Amino acid sequence: MDRRAQALLEVRDISKAFGGVQAVNDVSFALHKGKIVGVIGPNGSGKTTIVNLITGFVRADSGEVFFQGKRTTGLPPHKIANIGITRTFQNMRPYHSLAAYKNLIVPLNSPRVRKTAGGKLGDNNSVAIDILEEIGFERDARVPYKTAGALPLGYLKRLELGRCIALRPEIIICDEIFSGLSMSEITTMIPLLEKLQMEGVTIMMIEHRLRELFRLVDSVIVMHFGRKIAEGLPEEVMRKDEVKRAYLGTERKR
Amino acid sequence: MRTEGLYALSSWSDMAYLLAPRVFLVFGLLILPLVLDMYWQRVLCAAGIYALLAIGFDFLAEYVGLVCLGGALFVGTGGYISGLLNVSLGLPPLLCIPIAAVSGALISTIVLIPCLRLRGIYFAIVSFMFPLFAVFIIIALGVFGSTEGISALDLLPNRWFEQYIILALVLASVFSVRRLVNEDFGIILRGIKDNDQAVRSSGINITMYKVKAVFVAALIGCLGGAYLSHLYGWLGLSLFAMDFSILPIAATVMGGMGTLVGPVIGAFILTPMSEALRGFGQLRVVVYCLILIGFMVYKPEGLMNYLERKYHQFERWEKV
Amino acid sequence: MDIIIYGTVNSVIFALIAVGFTLVYGVSRVPNFAHGSIYVLVGFLTWSFVNSFHMNYIPAIILSLGIAALIGLVIYRLILIRMRGMPTSEIIASFAVSLIILEGLRMQGIAGFKGFIGPFYVLQPFKEGKINILGVFVDYQRLIIVGAGLALVTLLWLFTHHTKTGLALRAIAQDEQAAMMLGVNSDRTATIALAIGSALAGLAAVIILPLGNITAETGYRVLIYALAVCIIGGLGSWAGAVLASFLLGFAMKISTALFGAVWESVVLVGMIILILLFRPSGLLGKQKELEERV
Repeated sequence: MDRRAQALLEVRDISKAFGGVQAVNDVSFALHKGKIVGVIGPNGSGKTTIVNLITGFVRADSGEVFFQGKRTTGLPPHKIANIGITRTFQNMRPYHSLAAYKNLIVPLNSPRVRKTAGGKLGDNNSVAIDILEEIGFERDARVPYKTAGALPLGYLKRLELGRCIALRPEIIICDEIFSGLSMSEITTMIPLLEKLQMEGVTIMMIEHRLRELFRLVDSVIVMHFGRKIAEGLPEEVMRKDEVKRAYLGTERKR
Repeated sequence: MRTEGLYALSSWSDMAYLLAPRVFLVFGLLILPLVLDMYWQRVLCAAGIYALLAIGFDFLAEYVGLVCLGGALFVGTGGYISGLLNVSLGLPPLLCIPIAAVSGALISTIVLIPCLRLRGIYFAIVSFMFPLFAVFIIIALGVFGSTEGISALDLLPNRWFEQYIILALVLASVFSVRRLVNEDFGIILRGIKDNDQAVRSSGINITMYKVKAVFVAALIGCLGGAYLSHLYGWLGLSLFAMDFSILPIAATVMGGMGTLVGPVIGAFILTPMSEALRGFGQLRVVVYCLILIGFMVYKPEGLMNYLERKYHQFERWEKV
Repeated sequence: MDIIIYGTVNSVIFALIAVGFTLVYGVSRVPNFAHGSIYVLVGFLTWSFVNSFHMNYIPAIILSLGIAALIGLVIYRLILIRMRGMPTSEIIASFAVSLIILEGLRMQGIAGFKGFIGPFYVLQPFKEGKINILGVFVDYQRLIIVGAGLALVTLLWLFTHHTKTGLALRAIAQDEQAAMMLGVNSDRTATIALAIGSALAGLAAVIILPLGNITAETGYRVLIYALAVCIIGGLGSWAGAVLASFLLGFAMKISTALFGAVWESVVLVGMIILILLFRPSGLLGKQKELEERV
């Protein structure tokens, strides 16, 4: 069977330049349903730009993106979200003036949720609180009711995830969701992501915390200066020379 | 028992505490027509119109992030449509006003749509320019009575009706907009104001929501304009006057941005004051602006927030 | 033929008016709604100095420009500085200042509202008379406008590209935070920008006002022209502002020639709406019209 036909999300020869800088250069890869894929690479290698390209925040100069075989290149962000592709933001900003659970009211009102829920399935407020509870906002301690602007980082990262989950997505793209978290906080997030995978959600993770990432992912894509330089199982990829050179540089010639 | 935002009512005194300010406000407004003389009753009506505009401005500025510098657009559009319906089709004012409010709001929203996709600054600029453009165009094309205006519109039934209907409209607007901002629709708007990229990534078409929000504010403003044209029985270029744009802003800043009630109070304070200054020509505009800037620099929270704080703390007031 | 000449003059007028506004917006991201009001204020001040205080023309101009710059400075230091970072408040505040000045002047008795009968305030042109260019009679004042416009653009270009302050202005305009990290004082630069912008508004006033009367209405017109030029050319783009000035200038003159003077405003409105619909960030807009990307 043709592997390409099975891919949930396919990125083909996508490129984007900002002024003189070629941020993404002819990148292609595919995401298969139910997998967790990591995207790694030094800073500036174009990882966040890829996310912006896939989710419609940035227009590609050339190349295409396909979701379930249908073209999504050029669609605006809200339409892409309604198809089922969600993302978190690297410099995340919650709706700081609203309570945490009210942050989820926004995605719960999207056409996607309205359609799949067949009208409102119960009060949006309680749905929001339930989702937050599932991802670790302790209801007894009234955490979901706290103003989002006052929450500590660990909760904010999970709130970002909660925003995606509320949309009942097919794909969640996490942009450096582990950054700034302590080891124990990451250890509590990993089961959450694994649970999502078991429920059929495909996850793509941009990360710098490699050790934690490799415990989670099925395969890894390495980017450098806008190009994809390697793809495959974590251990294989990290042994490749190009990858080592990208991260560590070359040996000084004596 | 009081905590921020959540109240557990455990006694009559608690309920009284919560209701008292609201009852006081509503009651106070409703009593006014009975105690004022004819001249000041007219002023009350005008204050009501400005209050409507102020509610609209506050809603757009604090809950959607759009600064509307052209409330006069709504007043003018609503007023002209209502007057024209009355004069050319002979419809009674009570029919004209609602029709004008809705159609005026539709038209105003449509002309503002092109700048809703863009950053907030564009909305401010365009909304400022449109009332002035409307005047240019009316004069240039010589339509709708041009510079003389059209008089002999039907008036509202009687004095009492005039006043109570506008007060009812003001109260209805305040309470319904307050409700709206806590419903899902309002939450999404506040989300757009806080972080619109995140809202887009959650599947919401933010332009559509902004359009709807502008429609709500326009509806309230056009209602005021339509009412105005039948209050005095006259429509003319002065319906697009800068006053209708600036006084609501001053009232909102003074009353407390975001409170929705504060702007109403501000309007009811500034309008009589503006009446008192009528003899001095344009001084009143200068005064509104000075007050506005004064509040922004020295007391940005506004009156309502200040009073609310003090009210919640009244147990701790100390005699000095 | 006269369309070309008058079109050019009109375009330069637009450019002169818009230049101060673009400078302030580019540097501080605050739209200086008071721009139009300072324009009229300077005209009025110059008139007072010349007629009531009997100063000579040139010193009067210099004094008024100085006062304009001072006012710009004061506006920033006293008011706008407290609102930095809150765009809603910045816009409201600058709008309020504009109204204070314009309506205050209107109170003073400048002809500006219907039915007012009083002395018209007029500034003397620099040099009376006309000359004949290619079959068209053009007053000297209009030629001076074009000359001054060219000179001003050149001077400004030299200033922003060859002096330290000018460099600071450009730096803040491109990326405020990066500039601050490199030691450029954002508040001081914004103050300077506002002062220069106000002075530019005043300069435009003394050159252009001799063509007609000084009225309070002019203040609103000037503000609208400046805003229109910026929207059409792209907020923050110098080249765009110049291009837009010429487009608007010629479009309005051509429409007057073809349809009559009353349609000028309609053309103006029409062009703005067209741009907003089809090319929202302006013809040469560099800034993204939508919010910044993540």
